[in-house]
Order: sequence, then structure tokens, then C-alpha cells
Amino acid sequence: MRHTLTVMVENNPGVLARVAGLFSRRGFNIDSLAVGRTENPLVSRMTIVVEGDDTTVEQVNKQLHKLVDVIKVSDITKDAYVDRELVMIKVYAEPSARAEIMQLVDIFRARIVDVGPKTLTVEVTGNEGKIDAFELSLRTFGIKELVRTGKIAMLRGFKTSSKNNNHKEEEVS
Amino acid sequence: MHSNVTTKVLRRQRGNVQKRIREVSGEQLSGAEILLKSLENEGVDTIFGYPGGQALPIYDALYDSKIRHILCRHEQGAAHAADGYARATGRPGVCLATSGPGATNLVTGIANAFMDSVPMVAITGQVPQALLGRDSFQEADITGITLPITKHSYLVKDPSEMAQTVKEAFHIATTGRPGPVLIDIPRDVSSSKTEYRRADRMNLPGYRPVTDGDPLQVQEAARAIIQSERPVIYAGGGVVISGAHEELLQMAELLMAPVCNTLLGLGGFPGDHPLSLGMVGMHGTKYANYAICECDLLIAVGARFDDRVTGKVESFAPEARIIHIDIDPAEIGKNVRVDIPIVGDVKRVLGQLLEILKPGLGEAWRDKVLAWKKEYPLTYCEKDCLKPQAIIREICRQTDGKAMVTTEVGQHQMWAAHYYTFSKPRSFITSGGLGTMGFGLPAAIGVQVGCPDDLVFDIAGDGSIQMNIQELCTAVNYELPINVAILDNGFLGMVRQWQELFYNRRYSQSELFNPDFIKLAEAYGAEGIRVSRPAELAPAIEQAISSSKPVMLDFIVDREENVLPMVPPGGALNKMLG
Ligand SMILES: Cc1ncc(C[n+]2csc(CCOP(=O)(O)OP(=O)(O)O)c2C)c(N)n1
Ligand SMILES: [Mg+2]
Repeated sequence: MRHTLTVMVENNPGVLARVAGLFSRRGFNIDSLAVGRTENPLVSRMTIVVEGDDTTVEQVNKQLHKLVDVIKVSDITKDAYVDRELVMIKVYAEPSARAEIMQLVDIFRARIVDVGPKTLTVEVTGNEGKIDAFELSLRTFGIKELVRTGKIAMLRGFKTSSKNNNHKEEEVS
Repeated sequence: MHSNVTTKVLRRQRGNVQKRIREVSGEQLSGAEILLKSLENEGVDTIFGYPGGQALPIYDALYDSKIRHILCRHEQGAAHAADGYARATGRPGVCLATSGPGATNLVTGIANAFMDSVPMVAITGQVPQALLGRDSFQEADITGITLPITKHSYLVKDPSEMAQTVKEAFHIATTGRPGPVLIDIPRDVSSSKTEYRRADRMNLPGYRPVTDGDPLQVQEAARAIIQSERPVIYAGGGVVISGAHEELLQMAELLMAPVCNTLLGLGGFPGDHPLSLGMVGMHGTKYANYAICECDLLIAVGARFDDRVTGKVESFAPEARIIHIDIDPAEIGKNVRVDIPIVGDVKRVLGQLLEILKPGLGEAWRDKVLAWKKEYPLTYCEKDCLKPQAIIREICRQTDGKAMVTTEVGQHQMWAAHYYTFSKPRSFITSGGLGTMGFGLPAAIGVQVGCPDDLVFDIAGDGSIQMNIQELCTAVNYELPINVAILDNGFLGMVRQWQELFYNRRYSQSELFNPDFIKLAEAYGAEGIRVSRPAELAPAIEQAISSSKPVMLDFIVDREENVLPMVPPGGALNKMLG
């Protein structure tokens, strides 16, 4: 089963290497990993999708916790959350095909971000299923290049993964 | 109440002002000087190390420091010595090396400390930051190389970070599950100056080891223990590390529960106690392995279910509920299913348990196990020649089981574990997790430095001793009267044993050509004693013990003796050879 983990880490050099190294060393499979800054400049947030049964993922969780730079790990798989990926696709677009491609772009609420003589570059965000479907629908035209981010995710409602105390607003200092 | 708060605030402010005054009067110091000052603040009295170009500013600062430096003859020796020092004293060991080859020579020692949870701080010089990443002379990415074998590591980028880095490094190395922490210091950082401020805070938001056991889990464990009829305690290195030996003894006696130890757990429970079953696992005693197989409750205390202990996992303690007490949550459920996990410091958790436990019901069970102990003792056949087991017995007899014993790795290590009766914690210092040949001699040096009044024996093999033999020079140099007892079988004995048992006696590359160990010892300035006949055994050990010099004893032993009993690799614990 695939699990989505949210990992808050200290923004220290080498932290990505520590996390990535841990996965490869212990034989855990990363499906995707996205990392970036957060509302707190000292903290980065990783969203890691990992494949494995419950015991494996529990080990992943505990081993991540052991890294000194890791502040918090939450497995949000079973919680309600919003998740997004972003993909950019450079698709072959002969004049005869352009209208049809643009229709698809409309349907998926994607955007055209670059137009070339023989290609269109389109961008779409969404959850994994939507992006897979979009990619599939463009396949018929021929995909020249595709780049996709890892997934980022956020809990729905008032709860957060970044703070230990979910009931308190950030203290004003 | 309001005014109380105000006074507190005022007091704190006043404190800050005082501190600031001290800081203002604080001198401009180089990164290296701050390093040494910070080490002194941590109570470090000894560093084991080896100098080189990028460590020169540190060595220059060391020249004026009150910290003692032991110049080992190889950085691996320095790392193992720091390891031995730490295991013997319970205080963190510190080793120091230069960049590049100096740093990579530490790697085995760091890995060894990591596997056995030894508190250690390894300090390395590094090329100046301007040269980092350019394959500069003697540049090695040592933080990268050691990533999987350190508890944490630092690359110090500015001398102003030094004091806090050192404070954090010692905190991390010594708390929770201990382990090695590396501090890599580029030469520009050690040589440039900044205003010195003693670090008074750490910034480790992600580091919060749990020490107290969850009370509900403790209660559940107590219930399971009180109900059990056939309990066995399986005690590991965590007991020794956390100093829980007294609590362990109390619990075992209260429950009348037999106690088996892991290799690293030896000494955590008195080996001469009637409830002691000695070592468990691949080379465990029959009675310990039988007890594991038949118990209805296994209480694992500071142990990690290593494959050398469990054998075939599916048939390990098949009838038992398992309580697992460990400070490292990641150890729980890693190798074996656990029924009642308790995360916490072993000493505290055992204390919590003792408050609520009642005397056990295990009398019949205890008698059964003790009967096994009588029926299947560790044995070997006494012959005319010198038996390795008899040597360990004699060393144990003459030292009254009170020596500090280190070992190398191989058959001799297992015989030391079997035939030396360890009566106190921290007295058996061996490379368990990594199984590092060459550990014992430098470790013995670290032990003797840390415990100058103790009698130290390195039980060695003729193969292993040659892996860090150069450290004999260190022992002579610093007048450390260690005793090295080589069980000289002319073989990489443990390899030969496996070849005999599992490879049809094809002794591929396991027979040794050895130097004359006596001449070698003498060349280094140590004393050498060769022993070939049983009658010479006792007097030779007496002579070694009474010598004020380091002594190397070369015991010419039965060449093809095997370590028994033995569970073939991957087998069930109750299917033992021998
Ligand atoms: C650094 C290292 N290399 C190889 C091994 C594999 N190994 C384990 S025991 C052993 C033989 C040790 O021989 P010796 O020191 O003579 O001890 P004996 O078994 O004969 O008592 C070897 C080669 C090891 N444990 N460590
Ligand atoms: Mg040998």
C-alpha cells in the first residue's frame, strides 16, 4: 500500500541526503518526494510517498524520527487531505491537432505555457489520478517531454502537520 | 504572583547582563581554541588522535590545553581506543584525525561505535572551505562517507558555531541511544578568530529521546509478567549502557526468572549468579537457547533481536509473549513481533516495573531451567595440549573475574564470552555488531587510559592481533600495562571452523603464517611470553599480571578446536551442533 508522509525537517545542509540515504540504505521504496520551504524559514517540509506494508512504513517513520534534523513525521494516509502534483508536458501539436489538444486543456483545466512551431507545452496541477488521466489523453498526440513534481499534501480543515499542537494559533512573540 | 513573575524576569535579565559582561571580557579565540575550550567544558580529559595538515591548528591549540592526547599509531586505533575508553568509563570517547586519509581511517572505528551504541565524538580536520568540493589534496567528504554510520554529524562553517556544535555533539552522543557524532572542521574555521562565548543553549527541536516508560504499557507488562509461568529475561547491551544492572538483578530475583545475555549484555548480570544462563544465540549455551524456546514470556531488556541471537526468526521464542523494553523506538518490532513494547531508558523502566511487580510463580520453571544448566554445561575435552578454553578459565581464576576484558573477533572472542565469568558491568568490551577484527588491542589501550587502576586483558586471535598490532607501540609509549593474550591457533579459526562444518573442510585462505610474536613484542618494547604446555599456563599469566610493562602472551593452542555449541546459520535455536 502507498503511504503519504509529511516530514518537517530543519533547514540544515545535508538534510535531504540524510533522508534519501536512509531510504536507499534500508531498502525502502520512495514513490515520490517533494521538498520546499514552509511558513517558517528555518523549517522545510518533505512530502514523501512510500510503498510498503504497515510494518515497513512504521519502520520508515521511526527511522526518520531518529534523524536529528527531522522535527516531525506524520503519516497522513488515513486522514482527509488535499494533495497536488504539477506536470508540464511538451506535446507534438501539428496544426490539425491543436484544436483537439486545446479542448483537452480546457476539460482538465490545464494551461498552455509555451507555443512552438511543432509543439505545445501545457501545465496542469491536480491529484495523481487527474494528472495520470491528462497524460494518457495526450499520449495519442505524442509526448516529446514530460516533467512531473512529487506530490505535496496538506490536511483539510484546521489541523496541520507542521505543528505539534493543533489547537493553538501560532504564538505572537 | 505578578510580582513573583517580575522578580524572576528581573533575575533572568540580571543573569544575562552578568553573562554578557563575561562574554565581553571573553577573548578573541581561534576556532581550534574554542574547540578545545568546549571539550574541556564537556569534561573531556583525553583525546586519542593522529595529526596532519588540516588538523594542525587544532594540534597547535592542544599544545596549550590541559587535555591529554594519546598519539595512537593509526587513526583506526585512535577510534577504537576512544570506543574502549567510552565503554569502560561510561564517558564519551573522543578521537581526532586529519582530513582525507586520516578521516577515512576512522571510518571502521566509527561504524563499530555506531553498531554497538557507544558514545563517541570524532573530530576531523577538513580542507579550507574555499577548496571544498574541488577534489583538493587530502579532501574526503567525511560527513557524506559517515552518514549511515553516525548518529549525527556536523560540518562547522564558522568559528562562531563551534561552541554550540560541540555542546550539541556531546549531548547527542551521550543521550538517548548513544552513538558516534562526527564534527568536521575546515582549516579556515579552526584557524580564524572570533569572540568566544560559552554555549549555553542547544537548538535541537527534532531530538527528544523518551526516557520514562509509558505507565499504561508498564502496567500491562507487569500484568503479563505476574501471569506468566515460564518467564525468561533476555538482557542486552542496553542494560550495561543505562547502568540498570541492579534493577535487573532485583527483577530476576523477585520473579525467579532466568536471565540470558547477549554478547554485549555480558556483565550486565553477574555471570556466577544461579539464575544466569550466560550467552544466548548462535554460540549461546544450550540452556539459554532451550529456555528461549520454551518460555511463555520473554522480557527483552535493552536488546535488539540481532540475527546472531534469534537464528531463524520464525522459530524464536515460539510460545512466548514478548515484552520489549528499549530506548530506541525503531528497534521495537524491527526484527521480531512484539506484544508489549515499552520505549524508555531501561534503568527507569525497570524501576517503574519494580514498583508494581509481585514475586513470580516461576519456581517450577526455574528448577527446570537450572536442571538444564546442570545437564548441558559448556564443555571441552581436556587434552595434553593447551586448550583455549582452559586459558580463559585460568585468566578468569587469577583475576577473580574482575579484570577488564577486551577481545578481537573470532573463536577466541566466543571462548572469552563463554569461559570468563563477568561479574560486573562494563568489564567485557567486545565488538558485537560490526565484529571488527583489530578492535581489542586499541580498545584495551582506551580502557587502561580510562581505568588506570584496573587490570586489562585483550583476548586476541593470531589473525586479529595483526590488524592493529602497531598499537602495541602506543601501549609501551604511554606505559599502559595491558596484557594481550593471543590464542594462537595458526588459523583464522572462526573462518576455518565454518569451512570445516559447511564447506567440506576446504581450508581456503584460512591458514596463517605468523611472525614471531615474542620478538615482535620485544621489538616494540613490550614483554613477550610464549606458552606451549598446560603446565606453563598459570605461571605465565601470573608473570604477565605482575609485570609493569605491556605483555604479549603467545599461547600455542590446539589448532582445530571448535566453538561449541553452535546453531548453524539460519537454523532454529534448539537445533544446536555440539
Ligand atoms: C576486519 C575483519 N575482517 C574479516 C573478518 C572475518 N572474520 C571473522 S573471524 C575471522 C578469523 C579471526 O581469526 P583470529 O583472529 O586468528 O581468531 P580465531 O578465530 O582464530 O580465534 C575472520 C577473518 C572480520 N570479522 N573482521
Ligand atoms: Mg587464530
